[in-house]
Amino acid sequence: MDYIAQGFIRSIELLLSGDHETYSAIFTTLRISSLSIIASLIIGIPFGFLLGYFEFPGKRQVRAVVDTLLALPTVVVGLFVYAFISRRGPCGELGILFTISGIAVAQTILITPIVISLTATAVESLDRRLRATLVALGARGRQILITSLMEARYAVLVAAVTAYGRAISEVGISMMIGGNIKWHTRTITTAIALETGKGDFAVGMALGIVLLTFALVVNSSLTLLKKRS
Amino acid sequence: MKMVLKKVCVVACAMVCLIGLSGNAAIADDVLKMATTTSTDNTGLLDYLAPVFKADTGIELQWVAVGTGKALALGGNCDVDVLLVHAPAAEMTYVQEGSGIDRTELMYNDFVFIGPPSDPAGVKGTSVKDALGVIASKKASFASRGDNSGTHQKELELWEHAQLAVPDKETWYIQTGQGMMNTINIAAERDAYTLTDRGTYIKYESNWKGKAPLVILVEGDASLRNQYSAIAVNPQKCSNVKYDLAKRFIAWMASDKTQKLIADFELMGKQLFIPNAK
Repeated sequence: MDYIAQGFIRSIELLLSGDHETYSAIFTTLRISSLSIIASLIIGIPFGFLLGYFEFPGKRQVRAVVDTLLALPTVVVGLFVYAFISRRGPCGELGILFTISGIAVAQTILITPIVISLTATAVESLDRRLRATLVALGARGRQILITSLMEARYAVLVAAVTAYGRAISEVGISMMIGGNIKWHTRTITTAIALETGKGDFAVGMALGIVLLTFALVVNSSLTLLKKRS
Repeated sequence: MKMVLKKVCVVACAMVCLIGLSGNAAIADDVLKMATTTSTDNTGLLDYLAPVFKADTGIELQWVAVGTGKALALGGNCDVDVLLVHAPAAEMTYVQEGSGIDRTELMYNDFVFIGPPSDPAGVKGTSVKDALGVIASKKASFASRGDNSGTHQKELELWEHAQLAVPDKETWYIQTGQGMMNTINIAAERDAYTLTDRGTYIKYESNWKGKAPLVILVEGDASLRNQYSAIAVNPQKCSNVKYDLAKRFIAWMASDKTQKLIADFELMGKQLFIPNAK
């Protein structure tokens, strides 16, 4: 039992002393999840809007597919992205296997459905009269998009925060695509997996504390945003 | 309240962008990607050599620690530039089929059988052949890497030498599919025997500060030799690889200076690798 307490004490020491290895993993995680959240918002919000705003044949089927992708397993995304970006694969020329960009690409695939689905729901739940009013006032294409999204902004933020939470906490993609390279692609979650395997609990716990703190921040902002929306 | 929330969002977005952009700027030109066996990473040897390599040549070494089998596959897919591995037979095939060139032997140590100090099957001090025979007949737990790594290939070779079938589906035969240090930890939790390279075992011992739950039981057999070599991925097969950097890395590893560094690499006063570049 002793080693758990000792590990906990050392983990606090590691965090307070600014241990390079620990902070390298933290910054790598933030960097990757930031890249992937930006990309997924750029792709996901317009698609989510289209899906929520317009009525078209097959809409329910598309919606069902997107909702299914919410439960996309990280290892499956890892597997496919790995096969595509390996130099032997179709996108091999990019040379992004075992790089931060590679992980960000795969995470974007993982979390974009979350952004699309939640944005679509947000736009759908807007007052139907808003659309009529906007059109009557002479709003066109982009103006409708921006005004509708502004009306649904809190719900869209909920989508972004949910997606971000998924990105920082996943381990399968980071391990498979990143290769857990020290100082480079080692993230909080892959470092925890590695250190636990090696039997070194202190570093794992230090990173676990950080990850829990992130989760807490993400969740409390979610609660706050949901109240607003 | 609304204002505060807005401000928080703006600041958060700005931070996110800043971190995202700073990441792209940090990509250096001279990066050598290596796939290696878990033992060179677990023992800390690469952590010890990489900064010196960077200081000497300006090249940043980045490595993925996987089993030798996977490392060879990564080279075959052109996903890395150089390999540091330890499965001579598989390496020869790899070079012969044209996937790798410039295979250079760099250092060696040996494999050892470790197990619980109580030694439930009674293998201490016996030959490798007898030890495997006793473990199999008494159905004592045995943890196998099971990942086609260099150590796993050696273990399969030892079963074959002992003229025993690999106990693939036996309940006492635990195939972990993980790295060496993980496998040792699993063996310790399950009171099992396992085969490990001496380097990783010394590291394990030093983690426990000498009170390790598993001890060396069988060692010193000629069949337990463990040779490490570097191989460059063949640029004729993979046009993307940084062959010039790989060549410099291999030359640097085989240089007198680095060979001395390897010899000086100790844990608990024990040498982990014996340099033998020609």
